[in-house]
Amino acid sequence: MLGESQLRERIEHALSLSRADQTEVVIVGEDEQLTRFATSYIHQNVARQDLDVRVRVVLGKKIGVGSTNDLSDEGLARAVESAMTAASYQRDNPDFLSLPQPQPIRQVNGFVQATKSCTPRSRAEAARTICLPAREQGLDASGAFATRTYEYAVGNSLGIFAYYPTTLADLRTVIMSDEGSGYAAACSLDVEEIDAESVGREAIDKALRSQNPAEAAPGEYTVILEEYAVGGLLAYLAYMGFGAQAFQEGQSFMSGSLGKKVTGDNITIYDDGFDPTSLPMPFDFEGVPKQRVECINGGVVQGPVYDSYTAGKEKSKQSTGHALPAPSSIGPFAWNLAMAGGQVTKEEMLASTEKGLWVTRVHYVRPVHPLRTIVTGMTRDGTFLIEDGEIVGPVKNLRFTQNLLEALGEAEQIARETRLTREAFMESFIGGIRVPALKIGRFEFTSATEF
Amino acid sequence: MKELASRALNLAQTLGATYADIRIAHRENQSVIVKNGTVEAISLSSNQGFGVRVIADGAWGFASTARLERNTIDEITALAIDIAQASALVKGGRLDLGPPEVHVDTYHTPVEVDPFQVSLDQKVDLLLACDEAMRRTRGVAVAEGNMLFMRKSQLFASTEGSLIEQEITETGAGLVATAVGHDEVQRRSHPNSFGRNQGTAGYEFIEKCDLLANAERLGEEAVALLSARQCPSQVTTLILGPTQLALQIHESCGHPTELDRALGTEASYAGTSFLTPDKLGGFPYGSDIVNITADATVVGGLGTFGYDDEGVAAQRTHLIKDGIFVGYLTSRETASRFGQRSNGAMRADGWGNIPLIRMTNINLEPGEWELADLFADTDDGIYMEMNKSWSIDDKRLNFQFGTEMAYEIKKGKRGDLLKNATYAGMTPQFWASCDAICNDKYWDVWGTPNCGKGQPSQVAHVGHGASTARFRNVHVGVMR
Repeated sequence: MLGESQLRERIEHALSLSRADQTEVVIVGEDEQLTRFATSYIHQNVARQDLDVRVRVVLGKKIGVGSTNDLSDEGLARAVESAMTAASYQRDNPDFLSLPQPQPIRQVNGFVQATKSCTPRSRAEAARTICLPAREQGLDASGAFATRTYEYAVGNSLGIFAYYPTTLADLRTVIMSDEGSGYAAACSLDVEEIDAESVGREAIDKALRSQNPAEAAPGEYTVILEEYAVGGLLAYLAYMGFGAQAFQEGQSFMSGSLGKKVTGDNITIYDDGFDPTSLPMPFDFEGVPKQRVECINGGVVQGPVYDSYTAGKEKSKQSTGHALPAPSSIGPFAWNLAMAGGQVTKEEMLASTEKGLWVTRVHYVRPVHPLRTIVTGMTRDGTFLIEDGEIVGPVKNLRFTQNLLEALGEAEQIARETRLTREAFMESFIGGIRVPALKIGRFEFTSATEF
Repeated sequence: MKELASRALNLAQTLGATYADIRIAHRENQSVIVKNGTVEAISLSSNQGFGVRVIADGAWGFASTARLERNTIDEITALAIDIAQASALVKGGRLDLGPPEVHVDTYHTPVEVDPFQVSLDQKVDLLLACDEAMRRTRGVAVAEGNMLFMRKSQLFASTEGSLIEQEITETGAGLVATAVGHDEVQRRSHPNSFGRNQGTAGYEFIEKCDLLANAERLGEEAVALLSARQCPSQVTTLILGPTQLALQIHESCGHPTELDRALGTEASYAGTSFLTPDKLGGFPYGSDIVNITADATVVGGLGTFGYDDEGVAAQRTHLIKDGIFVGYLTSRETASRFGQRSNGAMRADGWGNIPLIRMTNINLEPGEWELADLFADTDDGIYMEMNKSWSIDDKRLNFQFGTEMAYEIKKGKRGDLLKNATYAGMTPQFWASCDAICNDKYWDVWGTPNCGKGQPSQVAHVGHGASTARFRNVHVGVMR
């Protein structure tokens, strides 16, 4: 870990080397340790220390980016020169206004020493805590337990300097036999909040209940989506439609729909980088403080998230603090998402369901028609048939092809409790999705698989 | 560098490793992105570091860092040993790499024109000309183009005595025109979707892409798709163009033939495989004209190299022969469980990650058909090309793919343009329905630079040789 003073000194040094009109330096340090197990033993166990230095220079309206993972004087000089070279070959970008000006940033404590200090032995013991009970049940345990330390530092020639160290502990497991599987996961800033035994117990219980699934015919079902499934779907809704770039290009469901109702009254989705119950991130990759953005409130479209470039393309818009590292092909992105909880428990959802499916998680979700928010994907690791308010048994996995806004419009019940989830594409930065379980009145399954 | 490598390997053995290897790598990237008449980004990047992989106490450990110094060599090697010893707390069966692999060699990607010597002006000018051509058609909302050039230099050394230096050069480019209408967005890409086509080659690859000659067509087709008919929902004959066939091969053959998946070691993330070891050598994967190879030696393929990342020489091997499943992609460890030697498919995403079993160039070997004859022989069906959407279950059986463009085939002739085309199926049934494959005149290797796998997640650059092929009785038009 490099620390604030060293990163500040390196950023100031890089800024001093630049001859550009404006210059920005972003440094992301990552110390990652991950223990992976499969068929109930540890088969991969790794540690990686890396960093990314990204220099963005502005010459008039020409922008260039240079990057390196070498923090030495020579490495920084090369990155600055690369950025200057890139900018010199640029053409003017009339839409670019300026790098952001400094703003006060509220402090957040996202760093937990216990997570940073977690040893390979501690992670191995957690893996054993899951593997041994699985073996005793005749099941195979697979999973990964990662502990990560990130440092984010952003500075620019207009006076921004922002620094945020944070940690993450992330444990996920699939317990399986040839005849069924179960999943569970937990993540936190603090490794001591990860209860491996509890995660293992949840997945083993699910796996035992998933054995010998029956076939279920494709078609429309009422579904209860567990938090893992809701998080997987919400991530794709955000990817397709919550960013200002897609909005401005007419490729988001929000395009032309500000103020319009797109789901039921009970759906509120927002992005909040300061939520202490999530994985906070107080500023973006331009050093702009994150604002809480209500993307959908009471079913009504409020608007997308912005970085400084997309904000500059609209009158009276300011960055909401959602820039990704430059250059970003997808524009700004919401990575501290949350959906507001409702009034019921999952047990009450189940009891009120005459016939339907219980979905633990979704797999390989991909957009089919982003503008209409249609996605496809599979159920995985615990899909059950519900009859007369009870789970009557496991079913083989099904493929859904579903309009997500229509599904949210059919949300009959929303669980009171929410859970923090993470998606695989979030691995390279801190961020999470806090969501409740949902009961959706109609959800379309278009085909089935053999297991 | 050789001295540092030697220091790491000696220290690893001193600390108790029974095997160790080190990869010291340096990578240079240059990318140019244009969008709607402006240069959106030019970026130049470099990245370096090393990773040490060890077996100690009969278990694996790996550690890596960006800081290549004498003291970090010692620290990281000791950390790798510590990690391996922790792995041994939850150990599996005996870890056996099979016979030693000892190679002292060098390999360079054959390059005709060094892409880093071509001026940025020339690259920007070409992309801007394409951008202008794409936007000539009224209704094109977004025109994008990009080029990417990468050079990776790597030293691999092992305690078995291997010392391999490789320099891989990659070049890629792509265009995409997006048209936006009422409740509809359509796009067309060239030469491949999801960014670009890419290969191990120099700037000559850009010339071969013929970007400018295709740019205006993309704009026209994207706009035409806005008012095209929705792809009907039916069971029909499907002809897949080469880029979509490449994606089909990737998802439904490449991934399920990775032996680590079949043995369950990717179960918690990407999943397992329906091609379980009991099926090896006898399972009817497809019709008897289906021959699929893994070939890391094909010139220009994105999955082409001299040696994999555990020092095994590049090879060509059959995965599917005359329709029968006959082989996996393997590593030294997994191959030895079957009494085999690795076929050289262990690849790492840079110095900071361990090698995993990855695709090389997974190729559907050419058939015998002329393209015109294939269409003339098709009385009723749908042609689809260029992937837009892809999803497959975690055993690689149930898939659903969407393409950018499709059109009807009626009595051997091209019919109406169709939008939002999708098709779905189960892998063995789908390949069993393959009754025609075009010949080598229509065959090329397509680069997939975004293949994700593993935890921490890694991105591999792989290739897929494909021409055009026909499949019978396929469910198309899944989306309402």
